[in-house]
Amino acid sequence: MNLEALLDPTFGFPLVTGLVFALTLPVLGLYLRLRDEWLAALAFAQFSAAGSLAAAVVSLPFQAGALAAACAGALAKGALARSGNSGYALILLAGWAVSILLLVNVPAAEHLAHALFDGQLYFAGPLHLAGALAFLLVSVVAMRWLSRPLLLERMLPDFFSASGRSARRYHLLFDLLIACGLALSTASMGVMASFCLVFIPALIAYWLGPNWRGSLLLAGAVGLGAYLLAFALALTLDQPFGPVLVLVLLAATGAAHLAVRMRGRARATADGGNGRILR
Amino acid sequence: MSEGPSSEALLRVTDLRAGYRTPVVGPVNFTVEAGEILGFNGPNGAGKSTVMKAIAGGARVFSGSLGRRPGLRVAHQHQNPMPLEDIPVSGRELLQLTGAGEDGLPEWIRPLLGQRLDRLSGGQLQFLQVWACIDAPVDLALLDEPTNNLDRKGIAYLLEELPRRRSKLAMVLISHDRDFLDAVCHRVVEIGQ
Repeated sequence: MNLEALLDPTFGFPLVTGLVFALTLPVLGLYLRLRDEWLAALAFAQFSAAGSLAAAVVSLPFQAGALAAACAGALAKGALARSGNSGYALILLAGWAVSILLLVNVPAAEHLAHALFDGQLYFAGPLHLAGALAFLLVSVVAMRWLSRPLLLERMLPDFFSASGRSARRYHLLFDLLIACGLALSTASMGVMASFCLVFIPALIAYWLGPNWRGSLLLAGAVGLGAYLLAFALALTLDQPFGPVLVLVLLAATGAAHLAVRMRGRARATADGGNGRILR
Repeated sequence: MSEGPSSEALLRVTDLRAGYRTPVVGPVNFTVEAGEILGFNGPNGAGKSTVMKAIAGGARVFSGSLGRRPGLRVAHQHQNPMPLEDIPVSGRELLQLTGAGEDGLPEWIRPLLGQRLDRLSGGQLQFLQVWACIDAPVDLALLDEPTNNLDRKGIAYLLEELPRRRSKLAMVLISHDRDFLDAVCHRVVEIGQ
């Protein structure tokens, strides 16, 4: 165990870069789950990984390739209107197939591919951090505008069309925001670490959140807490970051599930055992 | 759906045939004036909800015209409460989303506003969804079976409250309860006859 690594300034950029994503991705994940489109996270992460590899092959910055691919994926999904998770599954499969073919056939892509799929955060530098901070800023501004229409569309599906308005622009902008976030995050910490930050904290917040605002705070807190623990564990135990983060978040999921079951039993008891099952 | 300046009517429906893959209702004719409560009556499957969905943009208009006053703001309460699964949204947050307030809410629902919607009973959720529509800043509320799942006090509250709202908004109402329609509506249009 290498505890001194925690104080090594070399890891400052990776730490802060990951912190930004650990806060923003869980919050955005809550809106993806609201739309029942959480698979988008994995699809965009995989597709942006393919874009990174393609960019590396032609000697372009791999972050640019990731962003371009993720945005192309978001636009493709927009074209497959209302396809939901089916559209995302197609994007995911395309990204995976291209990634593997590049990995096998182009030696220049191999090193980057391992970083993307193993989930190594420690190579993040100033460029990654700048991208993360820009994404944080854009997300804060965009979600102040997007939150209400996205929630309205889910709670009262024809709220906009009933008044002769279209909600499509909100969905497209959100798709692009998610795609860019996943592209930047995947380039910094890999495919599965990015996906699990979108998926698991939102799942836990859905189970335990008292309301929407509380769920946003809870998702962000779970993301941050799990990230910091995983960062420390991976560094001191000299393990790749991505798998450690996934395991920490899976452990959190188990604990949250247990809490839900215990709360359900307590409520059923308080309800007088009249047979109504409460979460 | 056509945007049409049409005298002072909020909504003017002329020879409307609406449906999904094929027409299921029509031709239907009616107008909705400001401050009016219009009821739809008819047997099950007559297409009452389809007409309402056509107004809200959720069903296809095959022929005829659906003229709306320019800038008309409409809210639509569906026949069955939306399946909310595990969505962690509270009653208060639902009202805030549509711009509805809490003034005028009955005392029995107020303590529940902080609870998640997926933990409310069907009747409590139905009442809040109706309220989210009729207290929203809209000109026309489309209410599809608003008394579904409501107990007696909930129905009694709507019987008093809906007519009181006429000065603020017009309504189109579907109910299987003919007495409820007669008590609340100015006019009742027969659909499917």
